[in-house]
Parts: sequence; C-alpha cells; structure tokens
Amino acid sequence: MIAFLLNRILHAALVMFVISVLAFVLGDVIGDPVASILGLEAAPADRAALRLRLHLDEPVLVRYGYYVGRFLHGDLGSSYGFQRPIVDLLAERIPATMELALAALALSLAVGVPLGVLAAAHRRSRIMGALMSFSVIGVSLPSFLVGILLIVVFSLWLGWLPSFGRGETVKIGFWTTGYLTASGLKSLVMPALSLAIGQIALVARLSRAEMLGVLQTDYIKFARARGLSDRAVNFSHALRNTLIPIITVSGIQLGYLVAFAIVVEQVFQWPGMGLLFLQALAQTDLPLISAFLLVAGLFFVTINLIVDLLYAAADPRLRIKTLAGRG
Amino acid sequence: MTGRRFPLLRQLAASPTAAVAALLLALLVAAALLAPWLARNNPYDLASLDLLDSHLPPAFLKDGDPRFWLGTDSQGADVLALILYGLRVSLMVGLLAVTISACLGTIAGLVSGYLGGWLDTIVMRVADIQFTFPAMLLALLIGGVTRALLPNELRASLALPIVIVALGISHWPHFARLVRGAVLVEKQKDYVAAARLAGHGRIVTMASQILPNVLNPIFVLATLDIAFAIMSEATLSFLGFGVPPTQPSLGTLIKTGYGYLFSGEWWVVLFPGLTLVVLLVCVNLVGDRVRDWLDPKLRS
Repeated sequence: MIAFLLNRILHAALVMFVISVLAFVLGDVIGDPVASILGLEAAPADRAALRLRLHLDEPVLVRYGYYVGRFLHGDLGSSYGFQRPIVDLLAERIPATMELALAALALSLAVGVPLGVLAAAHRRSRIMGALMSFSVIGVSLPSFLVGILLIVVFSLWLGWLPSFGRGETVKIGFWTTGYLTASGLKSLVMPALSLAIGQIALVARLSRAEMLGVLQTDYIKFARARGLSDRAVNFSHALRNTLIPIITVSGIQLGYLVAFAIVVEQVFQWPGMGLLFLQALAQTDLPLISAFLLVAGLFFVTINLIVDLLYAAADPRLRIKTLAGRG
Repeated sequence: MTGRRFPLLRQLAASPTAAVAALLLALLVAAALLAPWLARNNPYDLASLDLLDSHLPPAFLKDGDPRFWLGTDSQGADVLALILYGLRVSLMVGLLAVTISACLGTIAGLVSGYLGGWLDTIVMRVADIQFTFPAMLLALLIGGVTRALLPNELRASLALPIVIVALGISHWPHFARLVRGAVLVEKQKDYVAAARLAGHGRIVTMASQILPNVLNPIFVLATLDIAFAIMSEATLSFLGFGVPPTQPSLGTLIKTGYGYLFSGEWWVVLFPGLTLVVLLVCVNLVGDRVRDWLDPKLRS
C-alpha cells in the first residue's frame, strides 16, 4: 500500500514537473514578461531595471527556479490582455467554472445512476432496452449543440431561461456563488444540462453494467430468497456495491466536466475559466496561457491522485497486489 | 478481402438499428465524396455566390426559394452545399487524425512492448502524462498554442494541418497502451521465437511477424475513435480553434450559424448541427458493430 502510494505521488510530481517546464518555456522563454508588465511602449531604462528585478538575464535553469518559487508563492505574473495580476483573474473565474461543473456532476449522477439501476433490474423490459439504445444518442451529442438547442427552445421560443451569463451572484468571502439567487439558479439550468447530457448516458451505461454483475452474485440470490422486496434488493443491497466504481468514475468525470465546461462557457458566455482561456488563446496572451496550463495541470493531477487513492482504498485486491509486488 | 466482409454484413443485418445506421453512413460518405457534383454551387468560390440570394429561409417555408432547399447564409451560399462540403472536411479531418494517432500509437506500442527496457519506460511515462489531461483539452491546448505562436499570415493556411496533428497527438496513448498489451502477449509465442531463430532481426520480426497479429484490436479502436475525432474537430472549430471559415467543416458552420441564431435565421445552424449528430450516431453504432465482429471479448 505504501509502495503504491509513493508510486502515485512520485508520478504526480513528475507530471507536475513536466507541465511546469512547458508552462515556463511558454510564459518566460517564448513570451516576454517585461512587455506583459510594463506594456510595449515602456522606456528602455525601465525595461532594463525590471529585467534585473525579475532575474531575466540569468541562466535558464536559475530562471526556472525563480519561476517555480513565484508560483509557490501564488504569483502567476500579469496578463497582457487584461493588464491585471493573473491570480486575481483566476480567483474571479474559478468559482463560476466549479459551480457549473459540480451542478453538472450532481445532475449526471442523480439521473444516470437510477436510470442504470432500473435498466439492470428490468433488463428484459422493452422500454428499458430502447432507453439504453437511446444512450448512444446521448454519447453522440456534442455539448455545444445541446446548448444551442436548449437556447433555441427555452430562450428564443419560450423565453423562460436566460441565454447567457451567470445571473446575480452573492459574494461569500472570496467565492462568488450563483446558487443562492433565483436568477443565478435560472442561468445555471441550461449550461449544467448541456454539460451533463453526455455524462448522464455514460453514468447510466456504467451503473447498468456494474449492477448486472452484482445481481449475479450469491448474496443477492440469498436476499431474494429471504423474501425481500425487489426495491430493497436493487436499491439497498445491490446499489451499495455498484457505488464504488461509480464514485471513482465520477472523480474522473469531474475532470472531464471542467474541461468541457470550456465549450459550454463559450455557448452561454458563462464567465468562467474556460472563457478566460479562450480569450487568452485568441489574444496570444502567453502569461495567461501558461498560468492556465499550470493551474489546469495541478487540478487534473490532484483529481487523478485522489481517484487512484480512492480506488486503492476501495479495492483490497490492489493492496494485495502491491504487497505481493514488494515481497 | 471480400470474403471477410460478409461476417460484418451479417453482423449489421442482425441488428436493424445498425443496418439503418450503416446505410445512412454510406449515404453521408457518398454525399461527401460527390459534393462537387451534388451541390448547386461551390461555396468556396465567392464569384459563384450572389448576395441577392442571401438570408433566404428553407424552400419549404413561406419566403423560401425552390433553388435552395435548406435556405442560404449571409453570403448567399446554399446551406445544403455548405453542409455537403463541410461533411467532406469533417470526415477527412476525422480520418486523418485517427490515422495519425493509430500510426504513432502503434509504433510506440510495438517498440515499447517488444524492445522493452528504458524505451518502454519513457514511452509509457509520456503516455501516462498525457492521460492526465482529457484528450479534447489537450487537442485544444496543442492546437491553440501552436496557432497563437504562428505569425498571423500563416494561421489560416496552416489551420487545417494543425487541427489534424493536434487531434492525432491527443489520442496516440490509447493506441500505444492497447498495442503494447497485445505485443506483450504475442512476443511469448513460438512463431516469434521461430522468426528470430530463422535469422530475422528484431525490427523485421516486429514489423513482419508481430504487427499483423495485433492489427485487429488496432482496427477496432480506430473505428471507435473516428467518432471521437469528428466530435473533437467540431468542438475545436466551434471554439474558433479548428477549421477556418474559408473552408468550413460542420463545426465551423455551426459556429458561424450560431451568430445568426438570435436574428431568427435558425436554418444556418440547425441543419449542419443535425447532420453532425446523425453522422456521429451512425459512426458510433457502426463502430460498436465492428467491435463486436472483430473482438467479441470486448462486447459489453
């Protein structure tokens, strides 16, 4: 177990190292930090002074050291395009993206898991079969098309929901939330739904497959023999054992949701990280692109690490395997 | 080769849904290939467009023009012609991207599985690092950053190859892992030892003996991957970092059409969107069948 833990942590560190080198090359070697701070029309003397202060004339390796040091102190430099510290920009945008992704995750689990369980419990029913074959459409629908379709129906035709933005937000500490206002919740419905549709289909397929496996086991047969109702067997005995793989998958899913949030944010002009990143790419805002790379890398590395550890905690075989590998 | 197609046809015939999907897919591919002959005009040739024809609704609506079944866009281009040409671009990008990732991944997987040692460690570490990021985000990063670093005048002309390569690079680890696993099994077998004893070098054995025996799973993954590649291309193009509007794919058409949605011209975005969904559903359904046919073990 400890060998496995160390292995995963070392791997995560290696990935972060590679990502930080890429981000450093992009932001510090290819990009020009002086221009990003002073603007392009600065006096040569000011530029030279800043170059000295930022250690830009030192060897690349030393500069990489300073770069990592600055990152660890929470200093990501300034954006060309916005002329503001990147940390402030990210702090504004991260809550929007996280709230969107979490809402979509909750939606995909709340709809996908019961759907999969029912499909497995009634696997001979025609309706369930048809529903599961429809899941291929769910998987094939690009999230931006779902978003556009929702806008056409609920904003343009019915006029029920706003087609862009986050609505009113409430500030709690540094976190701005849209969960607490009516307009914030209204604005969240369509983006979260378009992000969740493909995932609902995936979760339903996965929980169906897992359930089918569990329903074959002896303890389910015993539970039935004891005369428990179908509902009790399906939802309390069988579901409990299908939840472990579903939980690990939802960790990975959260990563995908955050990545695909970029697309949905573009459709709904949702003021999150994705929209910021697209603006950075369009304006060749190298410091911002490189900071995004670092932050996204950190996020995905952390998620993968947590999922690996959860998996190890949930699956005793993995522990035995690493023990055997060690001995 | 014809003898081997019959089981696939039988597979397709066994499920009516898959049969319909295969038929539709064949129609779409044929329409894409025949676009220059089927389309009313060439939407890339601005001289053939007439601005007087712009903003027309589909022919079945009140103000529609019978010449333009699915209406026209703001330039006066026939939406149907745009879709046919867009389908060509989408299919081409998808196929080329999958070819690139299959080739890269197969070479990496063969080398790392058969030769082993430090090469294996490096290849698999790089693959692991790539697996950290979702493939679509990776493609966006590679494509977006490459574009951002290019001088302005090169961006439009290199856009298409950049998308193809970015998508290709984003997915090679899947092939590499698959091939490596298959090679590790194959290299224990007697025929490999026989080839070595017959005096073949390691590279020759790899290419002439092992490769043919791991082709089936590669082919299965490639079929399933086409849907991913087409969808990612459409997504990148929708975000503005894919195929440029001068030679639009379905995703680019949806992006430009989305701009006109709020002025009520829904047909410019709806029909390309519908085509994309039908294409993806068909590719997915046929892909599932191909997998069942070539690799019954993978059946869920």
